[in-house]
Amino acid sequence: MIHVYKSAYKNKENTLKTIVIGVIGADVHAVGNKIIEYTLHNVGYNIINIGVLSSQEDFINAAIETNADLVLVSSLYGHGEIDCRGMREKCVESGIGNIFLYVGGNIVVGKQDFVLVKKTFMDMGFNRVYPPGTPIDNALADLREDLGE
Amino acid sequence: MAKYLLIDFGSTFTKLCAVDTEAEDIIETASYFTTVDSDISIGYHKALKKLFEKAKKEIIFDQVIACSSAAGGLKMAAIGLVEELTVEAAKRVCLGAGAKVDLVFSHHINQSEIKQIFDKKIDIILLAGGSDGGNSECVLYNALLLGKAGIKIPIIFAGNKSAQDEILEIFETYGINGFICDNVMPKINILNIDSAREKIREIFLKQIIEAKGIKKIESEIDEVVLPTPKAVLDAAKLLSEGYLNEEGFGEIVVLDIGGATTDMYSICTATRRSDVLIHGLEEPFAKRTVEGDLGMRYSAPGIIKSLSEQEIKFINMEKHLDIEKEVEKRYANVMSLPENPHDEFIDQFLAEMCAYRSMHRHCGRIEEVFTPMGLVYNQIGKDLTDIKYVIGTGGVIINSKNVEKILNRTTNILNKAGELRPVNPEFMVDEKYIMAAMGLLSKKEPLIALKILKKYIQKIRGNDDGLKE
Repeated sequence: MIHVYKSAYKNKENTLKTIVIGVIGADVHAVGNKIIEYTLHNVGYNIINIGVLSSQEDFINAAIETNADLVLVSSLYGHGEIDCRGMREKCVESGIGNIFLYVGGNIVVGKQDFVLVKKTFMDMGFNRVYPPGTPIDNALADLREDLGE
Repeated sequence: MAKYLLIDFGSTFTKLCAVDTEAEDIIETASYFTTVDSDISIGYHKALKKLFEKAKKEIIFDQVIACSSAAGGLKMAAIGLVEELTVEAAKRVCLGAGAKVDLVFSHHINQSEIKQIFDKKIDIILLAGGSDGGNSECVLYNALLLGKAGIKIPIIFAGNKSAQDEILEIFETYGINGFICDNVMPKINILNIDSAREKIREIFLKQIIEAKGIKKIESEIDEVVLPTPKAVLDAAKLLSEGYLNEEGFGEIVVLDIGGATTDMYSICTATRRSDVLIHGLEEPFAKRTVEGDLGMRYSAPGIIKSLSEQEIKFINMEKHLDIEKEVEKRYANVMSLPENPHDEFIDQFLAEMCAYRSMHRHCGRIEEVFTPMGLVYNQIGKDLTDIKYVIGTGGVIINSKNVEKILNRTTNILNKAGELRPVNPEFMVDEKYIMAAMGLLSKKEPLIALKILKKYIQKIRGNDDGLKE
């Protein structure tokens, strides 16, 4: 039997929580991405920003290497549903199935009923889904609740 | 000012190069088969005798330094976590140190992979995984497994720094010949080569040379300082960048086609364009890739393996030959040299294939992405389109009657969209086969090494054949 070092996890509780952020798909909206990085960094999270034009695999790879607690996906150009589909399944396959997945921005085209949109993304395995125009500050309470203080 | 003897113990040939630093020139060069299986000094002495005969005098050398890729070169295993990240970073560090990366493992390793480490007679293991402060569970698991397996070869740990203390504990508990280095990927997509590469060199000097039978000759030479590919990489870097007032060539690519491998070196930045987004792991300025399945002799079958049945038939039809048979012949007798025009023709053809394929794997890719914000360029790997010179070295290139045609295969001859190959480079050749020797000399006399490189690496004369447009 291989003895797995538990301290790797134990130490984790005393250190910063790590969040991977980025903009998914063929989307190059960089401004909001920087604001998210700035805000979350200032409240004390360890932020790994993989930037724009990122694929699902880019997010997942970064999350594995950095032992991240949460992945926050931004999508501003309306194709979020296509870009995010299957992401939870890939996380499961990659051994990080329990990671928190957040998504926000203009995640679908046009003005659709957000209740339905939210349900779609929740069914895809996202833990939190934010409507267009949500300031990142509004997500802080959720982060605290999910990740603990 | 001094006389240097620079030796390259290659897998097939032991190559000598005598340099007079006062005259800033080469006195003479000579080579003989490497005799590492019996006693490496036999081949060395035969080559030395040839050198003295050619120079028509015995030379007393002030310093004798050597590089080596004999007995299979420096064989390494690169272990990381995610394939595109720490595994790739570990691989690049090994290649940059002049090693041959025989094994590449990701995530948790298993018993069959450990068995391969024993079977392939790996010299050094580079163990990476996790960015700093990131995942440490995987490297600890892997270190523990290596420890329990009773691995005695050196293991360099260059992973998550947060795991260092526990790694040290494992090293101690299992009596591992272990070393700790800076993380090869401290942050996502950031490559950190230096610390681990330097450690590899140190271990190579202290421990590996002895195992490769080169120790026997140590009384006669002053030191073995580098694995040969590292010497070539250093020479390429020097030639590109220049030294003090002596200008270099600027951005270059060096192609070295050998019997067992095809090595490609590029000395340039990843891109000079401001309108592209670069993705993936950071690219080293001086980058080396090695194709273990592309070579003129040991690896000739690899060239055929990469072709489809239809392509092989097409080649046979077009060129009136049986390419599979020819490759078998070369694989069966790796010492063979071309004896007639037919052999030369086949070697030329194989070399062209090696050049084309190795550049295919070395160069970066660019794709156009249509976004609501307009057209965006997304680049992975290095952009070699602006490369000024492509330099050829290695036996087949130096002896070819049409070097230009081989080197031309590094450009985008098939107009593959997206491949960032050199666009309109000038072709040069290392006629005297001195790149490794000058890489060695650059450790002592960089300025003179550079001057000699510039003198002997020549543009290909005449024979333009209208290849460029």
